[in-house]
This record gives sequence, structure tokens and C-alpha cells, in this order.
Amino acid sequence: MNGVLADGALAAAPVLVPLFTAALTVALARWPRRQRAASAAGALLLLLCCAALLHGAIGGVVVTARFGEWAAPFAIAFRIDRAAALMLTVNAVLALAVLAYPSRGGALATPFGPPLAHGLLAGAGGAYATADLFNLYVWFEVMLIAALGLIVAGRKPAHLEAGLKYLVLNLFGTVLLLAAVTGLYGLTGQLNYEALGTALAGRGDDPLALLLGALLLVALLIKAGAFPFLFWLPAAYPVLGAPVQALFTAMTTKVGAYALLRVLYEVLPAGAPAYTEALGWIAAATMVAGVMGAVYHYDLRRILAFHSVSQMGYILLAAALGGAAGIAAALFFSIHHILVKANLYLIAGMIARRGGHHDLRRIGALARSEPALAILFALSAAALVGIPPLSGFWAKLLVLREGFGQERYLWTALALCTGGLTLLSMAKIWIEAFWKPHPAPLAVAPASHPPGAWIACGMLSLLALAVGLMPGPLIDFLDAAAVTMAPPLGRVLQ
Amino acid sequence: MIEWAIAASVTVVAAAGVYLASSRDLVSISVGLALLGSAVNLFVFAAGRLGQAAPPLIAAGATAPLAALANPVPQALVLTAIVIGFAFACFGIALALALAAHDGRADADALEQAEPPPRPDGDPGELP
Repeated sequence: MNGVLADGALAAAPVLVPLFTAALTVALARWPRRQRAASAAGALLLLLCCAALLHGAIGGVVVTARFGEWAAPFAIAFRIDRAAALMLTVNAVLALAVLAYPSRGGALATPFGPPLAHGLLAGAGGAYATADLFNLYVWFEVMLIAALGLIVAGRKPAHLEAGLKYLVLNLFGTVLLLAAVTGLYGLTGQLNYEALGTALAGRGDDPLALLLGALLLVALLIKAGAFPFLFWLPAAYPVLGAPVQALFTAMTTKVGAYALLRVLYEVLPAGAPAYTEALGWIAAATMVAGVMGAVYHYDLRRILAFHSVSQMGYILLAAALGGAAGIAAALFFSIHHILVKANLYLIAGMIARRGGHHDLRRIGALARSEPALAILFALSAAALVGIPPLSGFWAKLLVLREGFGQERYLWTALALCTGGLTLLSMAKIWIEAFWKPHPAPLAVAPASHPPGAWIACGMLSLLALAVGLMPGPLIDFLDAAAVTMAPPLGRVLQ
Repeated sequence: MIEWAIAASVTVVAAAGVYLASSRDLVSISVGLALLGSAVNLFVFAAGRLGQAAPPLIAAGATAPLAALANPVPQALVLTAIVIGFAFACFGIALALALAAHDGRADADALEQAEPPPRPDGDPGELP
């Protein structure tokens, strides 16, 4: 009995710890220093809990909690297997790095910032941990309201406007999600992933089941920022401060892609190649549309925001290719992207602080004045482009190898072209911000960087470098995660 | 009969929601999304089957119901969805009104702060 209780508490920790921290930081709102300390301590505790879950997952333990002591398919369940434990841990690492990065402005420096950030963490934690479709909807709503709070905390018209665009598109997505979830409930009487997967397994040719499944996937694609539902993302990210951008890159689109992976391979009828075919084309369009925006723009934040869209395309392409190798590639790409992209957002914030502006045409010559920053940027940009032996190389290799292996030459060719354009836009940042002479001398002396910013960027760079130099253990772990992700999938693969 | 009435209400409310959400007025967009959410809430309620049934209570000492009972799960789901949807409707309307207070009009075409339109020569505009 004790073991069961401990298991339940550990499974619920990814939600309980951030929720408790959020409440605590609300109580400490009048004392900014104590609030920041409580927020960092909460992130550290979350990381420890997630590390404990990951430690168990490496040994093959699946931690399950059924709340309210209801029997198996009826209880709302959390089920943390290898994939969930790893994503939760990466999320917690990023949260710790970001909450250690002290904001001198922006949403995280306001009294609402830390509680909202932990609310976002709680929503993401719940979405990763849950094994219940309606519960997934609730966690998406928790993430949505916390994200909206962080967006509009800036209070300028640009923030309100970005918040409204974010709200309208994402709310439309959650309405579709709710309709699809309850439609599937009406069809099968189940909400649990595993029970739904079993109930839908024989219904691969039932038009109603296929339609509701497609609705569910569209809703999750809106959350993942896929083409043609991407427009909330480049509207919202550029008005945010660097730490919030880094948080969002891990906790909005990636959660959508992860939920899509779960739903596609655990819940929906396995014999539905129509879904993966459509998803592949959507992924290709997402890659191309995103990178085009990145090539066009000159504002650092907009370039990176459009890149986030483009990279989501790779993750969705891997999800569309499917099979154990495709799922493992999608998870590897997500982890690589969270680490590298969050780091790039933080570095862009430092570039803008030193250069005085986010617009590349107004800054320059940072390679001379900021050599350490130049090295950090070059490392992350090369990882994003996919230069061997950095993490992006392995991530893209896994996707492209699977694409070639399944003879999807057009999708693979588009992925390669997108890689070339990614290189072009990263080279644009490098030349404009670091290499060319400064267009006009600064009127005021630039602010110095707080030490926390260096620590956060250095930590994320080291982690990304470690993934790049030693990808073997991670790939092995993810292969195991993909095979054992769910019983229905296991049946299909064997 | 009741099925058709519910189906017709879901359709009409959803259509009204989509119509309002496609307008240019920001408050109408928020109200439209709230209406669309209400249509889905009705749909959620109907997912538990419609018709006359006893309340889901089991007599003391019994382990199984004697007659057909109403399904309590969709009722719990719809209650959650109503609360969440109401919160978002309030937030959306407040946001639209705050935007209207800033520049005097709540027009979707006038939203140019977060994403400035490109200049006539095709050059991407600058963020503030």
C-alpha cells in the first residue's frame, strides 16, 4: 500500500510541485527576492522529482497513478513511461535554467511572472504525464491561460494584440479538441488512452471514428503551430522577453507535438495510413513556410520564431513517418530543439541587450566586443543547422534516414532544402550581428549581462553539446521508449 | 425527437458562433468563440446519450443498478468545460475591450502593433 501511495505521489509530482510553487510565489508576491528564490527552489525540486522518474524509467519502470481509487479504465490516470519521463526531465531542466536567468524587465520580473511560469510548467507536466484524453484537454487549457498571462503581462498594445491572436487561434483549437474528445467518448465510452486504443483498434474503416480522429489531430496541430495554423506563433513570440520565449519554446508547441504522437500511435486506429499521409504533407509545408519567414525577416526574435515553426515541421515529419524509428526521431528532435532553441532565444536576448536593438540592420561588430557570446551563438546556430557532430546533425540524420528508408523522397528533399535555408538565415544573423561593422555608434553605453544569463546559456550549451557528442545512449533509450510506448503500438510493431 | 432538437440547437449555436467569430470586431470575435464553445458543450452533454433515465444512484447494499441510469461522466465533463469556457470568454472580452481602449477602435484590421505590415517596397517592418 505504501509503495502504491509513493508511486502515485511521484507520478503526480510533475503537476503538484509546480502548482504548489505557484501558490507559494503568489503568497510571496510582495517580496520579489524571496519570490524568485522560492521559484528557483520549486524548479529545482521539480527537476529532482523528474530525475527520480527518469531513473526509474531507465530501468523500465512505468509509474502509474489512478486517482480516486477507481478501477482501471474509469479512473483519471497518469502514466509515466520512458518517453514521458524524459520529456518531463528536459522540461524541468529548461525551467530551472530559465528561472535562474534573472529578468530585468519582461513578464518574469513582474509579481505575476513566477506564478504564471509555474502554472505553465504544471500544465505541461500534466499533459506529458496524463493517460486520459479529457484530462489532456484540461492541461492544455491550464497551459493556455498561463501562457496568455505571461504574454499580456507586458501591458503594451503590442502585448495585448499578440495575446488576442494567441487566444483566438488556440481557443479555436481547444474547442475542436473538446468536440473530438467527447465525440470519441460518445463512440466508445472510454477516455483512457489504452482503453480507447483497444476500443478503436478494429474501427480503422469506420468513417465516424476516422472523422473524429482527424478532428483531434487538427486540434493538436493547431497547438503544435503547424501549417496552416501557425500564425499565432510568430505573432506572440516576438513581443516576449527572452526567458519567456525560452519557456514557450519548450512548453507550447512541443507539448502539442508530443500529444499528437501519443494520440496518433496509442489512441487512433493503427490502420489509418490516411492520417500519416496527410500529416507528412502538412509537415513539409510547415518546414518550408517557417523557414521562408525566417529568411525574409531582419528582427532577431521574428527570425527565431519562424524557425520554431520550421523545426516543428521536422518533428511532425518524423511523427508522420512513424514506426519505432520515426517516433524515436521525433522525440530526439524535440529534445534537441528544446535545448538548442531555448538557448538561442536567451542568446538573442543578450545580443539585443549589447547591441541595443533586435533589428539586425541596426547592430553589428559583436564578434569583437563579445567573443564569448559569439562562440555560444555559433555553437547553437551550428547545432540548429545540423553541422556534425552537434545535436542537430543526429536529429536531422534520424529523420532523413527514416525518410529515405521509407522512400519518401519528396518530403526528404524538402527537409534538406529547409536545412539549406536554415543555414542561410543563421549565417544572416552571424554576419549582421557579429561580423559587419556597427552601422551607427551607440548613444548610450550598453548594459552588462547578469551572471545568471551566462550560467543559463552555458548550461544549455553544455547539455546540447553532450547530446551531440554522445548521442548513442539517448538514441538507444528513445528506441526503447518508442517500442514500449503503448500496448497497441507494441502489438503493431511486433 | 429530443435528439433532433439537440442536434438542431448545436448546429444553430455553432453557426452563430462561427458567423460572429469571422467578423472584424474584436468583441464579436470573443463572443463568437464563446458561442462556439457553448455549442460544443451541448454536444458534450449529448455524448452521454439522451432520454429518460433514473439518477445514477445505487440503493444501499446493492452493488449494481436495477434500472437504466443516466451517465454521470459527460455531466462532469460538461461542467468542467463550461467553467473553463466561461473563464476564457471573460478573458477574451476583457482583452478586446483593453485593446479598444488603447486606440479607440476594436477592429481586427487595425492590429498592427505586434506584427507591423511590410513597407511598400517589400521591406519587413520594424517592431517597436
